Amino acid sequence: MARLPSAFDTLLGLQQALDSFRTSSWLDAGLSGGGAYPPVNVFRKGEDLVLIAEAPGVRKSDIEIQVKGRTVRISGVKSVDYPKEAAVHRRERLAGRFDRAVSLPIDIDPERVQAECRDGVLAVLLPRAASDKPRTIKVS
Amino acid sequence: MSPEPDITNPATQPQELAVQEKKELGGEEKTVPGRFFVPSTDVFETEDGLTLVIEMPGVSRENLEVSLEEGIVRIEGKLDFSKYAGIEPVYTEYNVGHYARSFSLSDKVDRDNIAARLEDGVLTLTLPKSPAARPRRIAIN
Repeated sequence: MARLPSAFDTLLGLQQALDSFRTSSWLDAGLSGGGAYPPVNVFRKGEDLVLIAEAPGVRKSDIEIQVKGRTVRISGVKSVDYPKEAAVHRRERLAGRFDRAVSLPIDIDPERVQAECRDGVLAVLLPRAASDKPRTIKVS
Repeated sequence: MSPEPDITNPATQPQELAVQEKKELGGEEKTVPGRFFVPSTDVFETEDGLTLVIEMPGVSRENLEVSLEEGIVRIEGKLDFSKYAGIEPVYTEYNVGHYARSFSLSDKVDRDNIAARLEDGVLTLTLPKSPAARPRRIAIN
């Protein structure tokens, strides 16, 4: 099981928790396009899921998010511009179009999905659909 | 044989967006536990000066430090990992951490006029050339 929030008291604790899920099979069956840009991490927050992706230099207006059933699609464009007459000494940043889909193991309520992008990090709150939630059956 | 790529013109180089595995910072030990990463950086030069474009996703203005000492510009971006409290990872493709990188500057840089701008997780440092180092057109009599 995942470490409890106390592990997040230190950066090392968070890093170890993230590392231990790099080999997790939780989404393997359903994740399409794993390893595509942008890299994503998926977290559980109570009953809901939170998807976090790193996309530095991508403007909010250049990101499109679509949700249908169990699939989230993230697409957009990242551009890297240099002045025309510049001599480039070092070039490590990549640019281009991206389009990837992530299939989740639970149904999402598309009406309540929220997304925000701050400091180059995209966070998408994916609430579990009411129809997907487990029901308690009273034993009579 | 393909011709030598023209490194002075980035527009001629084909490029594809791919996931870049984060590089860990080496050569320097930290007193606090936790990994630091080396941010991806572009460096280009124009007649007016040098520009450094540094990607530090998740670093906000108040957690960013840029210092200049003995000709070394040092950039350190701290990640606010309190945002991860109360959520548990279930699937991960990348790790998170602080960022640090330093560059040594040539004497040509006008050190009093360095400007920094942070936008969408990308820091742009503008290092103007000192007036003496700018190219000059010499009139021929």
